[in-house]
Amino acid sequence: MNIICCLKQVPDTEAQIKVASDAKSIVTDDIKWVMNPYDEYGVEEGLRLKEKFGGEVTVVGLGPKRVTESIRTALAMGADKGMLIMDDALEGSDSLAVAKALAAAIKGLEYDLVFSGQRGVDDDMGVVGANLAEFLGIPHFSVIDKVEVSEDGKSVKVNRPIEGQTLVIESNLPALVTAQKGLNEPRYASLPGIMKAKKKPLEEKTLSDLGLDAAEFGEGARKVKIIELTPPPAREAGKIVEGETPQEKAAELAKLLHEEAKII
Amino acid sequence: MTGFQEYFSETHNMVRQTVRKFVEREIKPFVDEWEEQGEFPRELYLKAGKAGILGIGYPEAYGGSGGDIFVKIASSEELMRCGSAGVVASLGSLDISIPPILSLGTHEQKSLLVPPVLKGDKISALAVTEPNAGSDVANIRTRAVRKDDHYVVNGSKMFVTSGARANQLTCAVRTGGEGFQGISFLVIESNIPGYSVSEKFRKMGWWASDTAQIFFDECKVPVENLLGQEGQGFYGIMQNFQNERLQLSVMANMTAQMALEESLRYSREREAFGRPLSGFQVTRHKLADMATLVEASKEFVYRVAAKIDAGINQVKEISMAKNFACTVSDKVTYDAVQIHGGFGYMREYLVERLYRDNRILSIGGGTQEIMKEIISKYILE
Ligand SMILES: Cc1cc2nc3c(=O)[nH]c(=O)nc-3n(C[C@H](O)[C@H](O)[C@H](O)COP(=O)(O)OP(=O)(O)OC[C@H]3O[C@@H](n4cnc5c(N)ncnc54)[C@H](O)[C@@H]3O)c2cc1C
Repeated sequence: MNIICCLKQVPDTEAQIKVASDAKSIVTDDIKWVMNPYDEYGVEEGLRLKEKFGGEVTVVGLGPKRVTESIRTALAMGADKGMLIMDDALEGSDSLAVAKALAAAIKGLEYDLVFSGQRGVDDDMGVVGANLAEFLGIPHFSVIDKVEVSEDGKSVKVNRPIEGQTLVIESNLPALVTAQKGLNEPRYASLPGIMKAKKKPLEEKTLSDLGLDAAEFGEGARKVKIIELTPPPAREAGKIVEGETPQEKAAELAKLLHEEAKII
Repeated sequence: MTGFQEYFSETHNMVRQTVRKFVEREIKPFVDEWEEQGEFPRELYLKAGKAGILGIGYPEAYGGSGGDIFVKIASSEELMRCGSAGVVASLGSLDISIPPILSLGTHEQKSLLVPPVLKGDKISALAVTEPNAGSDVANIRTRAVRKDDHYVVNGSKMFVTSGARANQLTCAVRTGGEGFQGISFLVIESNIPGYSVSEKFRKMGWWASDTAQIFFDECKVPVENLLGQEGQGFYGIMQNFQNERLQLSVMANMTAQMALEESLRYSREREAFGRPLSGFQVTRHKLADMATLVEASKEFVYRVAAKIDAGINQVKEISMAKNFACTVSDKVTYDAVQIHGGFGYMREYLVERLYRDNRILSIGGGTQEIMKEIISKYILE
């Protein structure tokens, strides 16, 4: 069973995010970059399936050179090969263009299952997986927290949590799954794994290597435009509910929830 | 792109991330509880062993994970981020007790004694200090008398980190006459008759670390457990100190670093007289001084580490680095509590723990005064 895991590099969730002076991007100077946590679930699931069925796990990333570090982390976890799509023309691409480039890279590979994260924790668009499946012409399942591949390796049954219930869906392979929290607990890239990862193959591809036209990528080709980034509003001070008796306080609270917070 | 040599490369950053994740998942959520309990679950050794963290810096042939000195530093720095130096100290007691086995032991001894510790199956501790001999190492009195195929050990060891739970001690004993030439290293297992352990000491800091006194009453230790030759113990202790001092310097720097970060955050949030503390020039300048000291100390320690890694003798420099780093962390943790005001005195605030945990750093692994003795010998003689 051959598995592709898509990987995005995002700011560490601990990082302090500051909006840049153009009000459309963030200050990246002091940011630590990590593998998107949802992609990590995908990598872990890919590795578990490989351990069960054999085959190879290939990690495909897109972005600047620094992304190699996250790809190597996936290799250190146990993936076999890496590929980085790297091209100056990609700078500023939207999700659609990213999916297009990933599709071009993945088309040339053998695969039964493709994993991506259900969303990137940076801009929270959540559409690359679906777009990619469309470009590859395969079924896709988004926001999945359980994956079961049949013994013969030909089909897959997945669970999607929906409002306290579970939707169980089945499909033939190949297919694409976007990973949700709860799918598994990703392993650590162990130190011996990190040392081994240095020797694993990691290819770099430009847009022209993939037969793509640079004009369809980057800031200029965006279908989705960022108008403005604003930091979340500063939290306001709490309010102490006044009243002499519990009854009075409850009445006051109900009034506030109704008139000010407008939630009842 | 960079015209200078960085100490940390991609590999180091990956290790850093692994350790950070381990800390976030396995330590941080429980650390306050462990501090209050005065101990962390034994299972943590196994988990850290499995992730390859305990093995960092040790040869793969003996179950280690390999890696250079900066891999070790990256890992230690991230472990310190758990906020409890006590956890780091006890989890890391192998880092002061395994190196003498590797430098003095035979292949058989290493194969037998090292892998279970790096796996986290067994806890290993270093026992040098005695109730009547700390700085004055050459004066230890625990006796080991050779009798047929074993040594009979009598005496006591003080302030042993991980002492309450250790399965094996790398223990300095007197096999010969007075002075440093009479000292040897024995590995003593805790399950032998005559071996007993005190209650855990109640301490100013390092609460999550078990520190205990160990007593030997006619303990029979097989001669196979002697490391190197009789009389080589003092040499082993001194060699080991270089590495311990580096680890303590890194701990001091991280303690100061975290105290600084907490202070930066707090001074932006806390308001007095209608503005944030960071709006007062006094506070701003204090923070600037703290940041400068931390930066200088980190760079110094990294530089010394790079030289140690290159095999250059750094006994004088590491003594300086330890003293410098500890002086910095003394000042920075003090100022951090000051910036936090009354809240800095409360247990809910990390700086309170940093302030207490910091105090041991200029005492353990050779005191501030002993470091100065070493430095002055180098510069005067
Ligand atoms: C929490 C904790 C954990 C520890 N863990 C371990 C461990 O795992 N293994 C272990 O073997 N030990 C351990 N120790 C012991 C530690 O290494 C000693 O406490 C330290 O070496 C100092 O020895 P001492 O306490 O006997 O002080 P002393 O040697 O009695 O010193 C008392 C004071 O006199 C000063 N002094 C001594 N000699 C001189 C001199 N020649 N010139 C000037 N001043 C001098 C000292 O600097 C100090 O200020 C630990 C201690 C603590 C508190």
